[in-house]
Parts: sequence; structure tokens; C-alpha cells
Amino acid sequence: MTTSELDHLEAPTTARPRHQAERPRLRWTRVLLHLFLLAGAVAMALPFAWMVLSSFKPLEEIFIQPPKLLPKVWHPENYRSALEAADFVRGFANSLYIAVIVVVVSVFTAAMAAYAFARIRFTGRGPLFMVFLATLMVPVQLTVIPLYVILGRLNWIDTHLALIVPASLFNAFGVFLLRQYVRGIPIELEEAAAIDGAGRARIFLTIILPLLRTPMVALGIFTFLGQWNSFFYPLIFLNSDSKFTLPLVVNQFKGTYSSDWTGLMAAATLAAAPLLIVFIIAQRQIVEGIALSGSKT
Amino acid sequence: MTTTVRPPTRTPPRSGAGKPARSGSKQRWRRDNLAGYLFLAPQLIGLLVFMLGPLVFAVVLSVSHWDGFGARSWAGLSNFSTVLHDPQLRTSAKNTIWYTVLSVPGTMLSAFVVAYLLQKVKRKSFYRTFYFAPVVTSTVAVAAIWLWLFNPEIGPLNALLRQVGLPAPDWLQDARFVIPAFALVGIWQGLGYQIVMMMAGLENVPRTLLEAADIDGASEWQKMRRITIPLLSPTILFLSVTSVIGSFQIFDYIYVFMGANAPASSRTVVYEIYQKAFVEFDFGLGSAIAVFLFAALLALTGLQLLAQKRWVHYTE
Repeated sequence: MTTSELDHLEAPTTARPRHQAERPRLRWTRVLLHLFLLAGAVAMALPFAWMVLSSFKPLEEIFIQPPKLLPKVWHPENYRSALEAADFVRGFANSLYIAVIVVVVSVFTAAMAAYAFARIRFTGRGPLFMVFLATLMVPVQLTVIPLYVILGRLNWIDTHLALIVPASLFNAFGVFLLRQYVRGIPIELEEAAAIDGAGRARIFLTIILPLLRTPMVALGIFTFLGQWNSFFYPLIFLNSDSKFTLPLVVNQFKGTYSSDWTGLMAAATLAAAPLLIVFIIAQRQIVEGIALSGSKT
Repeated sequence: MTTTVRPPTRTPPRSGAGKPARSGSKQRWRRDNLAGYLFLAPQLIGLLVFMLGPLVFAVVLSVSHWDGFGARSWAGLSNFSTVLHDPQLRTSAKNTIWYTVLSVPGTMLSAFVVAYLLQKVKRKSFYRTFYFAPVVTSTVAVAAIWLWLFNPEIGPLNALLRQVGLPAPDWLQDARFVIPAFALVGIWQGLGYQIVMMMAGLENVPRTLLEAADIDGASEWQKMRRITIPLLSPTILFLSVTSVIGSFQIFDYIYVFMGANAPASSRTVVYEIYQKAFVEFDFGLGSAIAVFLFAALLALTGLQLLAQKRWVHYTE
């Protein structure tokens, strides 16, 4: 009885005409929508296009007015001279190995701390966690000067240890993020393992870590991006060319060859390309990782 | 018996047979403390050595005269007084605020528009690739690209402006344009992150609510104003807090664009910290500026969190 009444309420009289009326209007708004988004996308892509295409121009072409996007003569020699002028390969290798160590160690130790905060009742747990949280507010510029002094005492200035050790051993954001996830894991899993006689270490390694995979990957991506593109710390802590990370190499190239625009674009392309390629391949993982890192805060 | 607990059944009641918990709560307490601090150890060492120690040291430095090598001497509040009275530092503070005023609302508004429209199309990831690409590019590479785009004579930006008949300023050398130029680059690079965050927030807006509004004949504007924005407000708050903090710490662009000893009109607060501490080796003054920066960030964040009661809507 009641169902037939409901059928009447949803009868085509109200629903259908509106849909029909909206169809043609919708198509137009759809076209406009795509046009707008495309225009935005082009505006975002143009600087990159300029970078890559200019890096293939012979130097004299940059004076052509008005500037053309495409090179008249393709001139890949810019890359050879850029690679000869500055050690991009070493910068790349330095950046990569520093970032990888920091990601692996900091994510793992942050997971350990997160597990302690979420699951173990130890004295001072609450206040200590608040301290970790509060440090998220501290700008790096406040601690960088003392850090420089401390690293100097340790004789770590102008070594990669200055970049690796602090970042590996302190990741408050990671501790906070992963703690949220550990708390979401059903405690019964650990209790069952404890009954089987598993200790804390085994529970952590065999139950917690595998279940933390998604947020750990997200945190890893987030940390990697921060490390890979970091400029402030390397600029202050490193002095010798051979230790330079990729951003420092690009900056150095910029300072030395200030009028070699096409060379600078080749340098910028060399610096930007690896991560852009990775990004295009693993876009979903990266974007979702970034979104997840932000959403839990 | 106990080994067959693998399938997720909740059969075994906590008989306490497997746990030595009853053997003595004191012993358990000691064991938990040991385990807790062992798991915490690496990050705790990091916290003490690389965060809390430096934090205390920074406060000490801010009331000291020190060049990092010789003897440290008591400075009282003279560093702070220098910060307050130095006209150059005042300009840098103004520049930082001006950069924030331009870049934060600029990024958030454009990110909202793009995210809102992206919600409505199918090829989200196609567009996202373009908007997000600058996020994964290092600020140094970004600054190198824009250094040329901004070039007053041979840069394409001014060529474009001249063709349209608009004035073509000397972006990085003209005191009126240099901060807006930084803001433009900041928006371009920061947009993609905010779009992604806002899209994640928009996905949490229940379809049923929007459909119900449709049935009631609500216009697109009304739906956005009354449903989407209130439900997105926690994301908006998060982004405004984090992006204000980020824009107050702007440094990379200025350093790559202008190099060392940048002109007064283009300096920001963090540039001054770098300049005072690591170029002029005045650690005391550098630390005092950093203390001011921290205080400003705390105040700004506090204000935003206080103001949230008026407009942020939490569903839970």
C-alpha cells in the first residue's frame, strides 16, 4: 500500500521534465567548464614548456622578439655544456641517497614512536606526546642557528650527516600521523598475538608495520619530496661542491653562468625532470599520499 | 587451541591464561615503561638533541652577542631592540606580510575554484597532472624558470604584456613589483597541493545532501554557499593555517632570484635571518629575529583557531 503511494510521489511528473530541460544547458556548461580548466592547465604547463623548449635553443635565439616557444634550430649541446659546467650527476646522486636514507629511517623510527604512543602505557606518555605535537609549530629558522652550532661541534658541517641524522631521528609530523593510524588498528589482533606469546617487537614488526603500509608510503612520499627539494638546510650546512645536493648545484650554476639562459634552462630541466617523470608515472600514489598526509592533521 | 585464532573470530575470551599480567602490576608497569621508551628512543633522542636543545639554545642566543667563534657575551634585550628599530628589518617584515596577503588568498581562492570545477568533470587526473606538477618541482628549479620569464627585456612575460599594450615592468628590480612577482610564483607552485586537499575535502560532501537541495530547487550558488563551503570549512581552515605559516617562511625564491645581499625591497624575514646569521655571522640578532618570527606565527595561528568558532563547521 505504502509503496504504491511512494511510487506516485516519485512519479515522472516532477522528476523527468527537469532532467530534460537541463540536458542542453548542461552540455554548454560542460564545454565552458573544460575550456576553463584547460586554460588553467595550459597556464600551469607553459613555464615548463618554456623551460624544456628553451633548453634546446641556441643562445642567440633567446634575443628574438617577440619570443617564440619552439626553437628554430634544435641545439641539444646545451645539455652537454651544462653537464660539463656543473656536476649534476653527483648532485643527483647526493640528493637521492640522502633522501632515501632519511625516508627509510625516519618513517621506521616514527612508526616505532607512534606504536609506543598509541599502545604502550608508559609514564609521561601524554605530556611527551604534547611536546611532539607542539614542536610542529616551531619554524625551522628558529632552530637552524643552534643546530648549526651543534653540528659544528660534532664536526658534521659540510658532511651529509648534517642533513641525514637530524631529519632521520626527528619527524614529529610522521609520529603524529602514524599514531592516528595505529589507534585505528583493532587491538584484538595484538591481543591474539600476545596470547600466542609474541613480544612487543614481534607484534610491531609482524602486525603493526604491515597494517601501516598505506600511511607509511604516504609519509614516505611526503618526506621524500621535502628532502629532495630542500634548499635551506643544504645551503647552510654544506660548503664544498662535491657534497652539493641537486638544488644547490642548480643554484650554483645560476650564479656562475648568469647570462647563459639556455644553459640554465637545461640545468633546471635536469633538476626537475626526474621527479616530474616519477610523478607522471605514479601520479595516483603520490597525490593520494599527499592528500592523506594532510587530511589526518 | 590458542594457535588457531588466525581467522578473525572473537572466540577466545580473555581468560588471562596467556598473559602474565596478574603476576604483579608493578613488574608490568616497569616492563611497559622500558618498552615504551625503547620504542620511543630514536625519535626521543632526535627531539632532545635536534629540537628541544636548539630551542633553548636559540633563546639563549637571542640575548647574547656571538659570532659563532669567539666568546659569547650577554646582550640583554639589545638584539630585540635592534629588531624593533632597524628600518631594514621593518621593511622585510612588511614585505613578508605583503607576500602573505597576496599569495595566501590568491592560492586558496583559485584552488577552490579549480577544485570545485574539477569535481564536476570526469578526466580529473588528466587536469590534476598539470596543476600538481609544480608541487613536485624544487623551488630552485622553479625560481630558475621564472627568473627568465620575468626578465624585463627578453622574458616572454613582458613580451606578452607589451603585445596586449600593458606596461611591462622590471619585475624583480622594481620595488613595487618584486613582492607581487614572488607571490605569482608562489601561487603557481602552491596551487596544486591546495587543489588536491580541497578535492579530498569535497569528496566528503555527501551526495544525498546536494541531491536533496536539487529536489528543493536550490541553485548552484546556493548549494555551494550553504552546503559545500560549510562542509569544506575544516579543510579551508587547515590550508589557511598551514599556508600562512609557509608564506611567512618564504626564502628560497628570494635567494635564487636575488642572490646574496638582495636589495632591501625584496627581502623577507627569513632572508634576514639567513643574512644576519650566516652571512654577517651575528648569531644573536639572527636568533632574535627568529624568536619574533615564531611569536608572530603563534599569534597568527592562535587567531585563526579562535576565529574558527565563527565559521568552521565540524560534522562529527
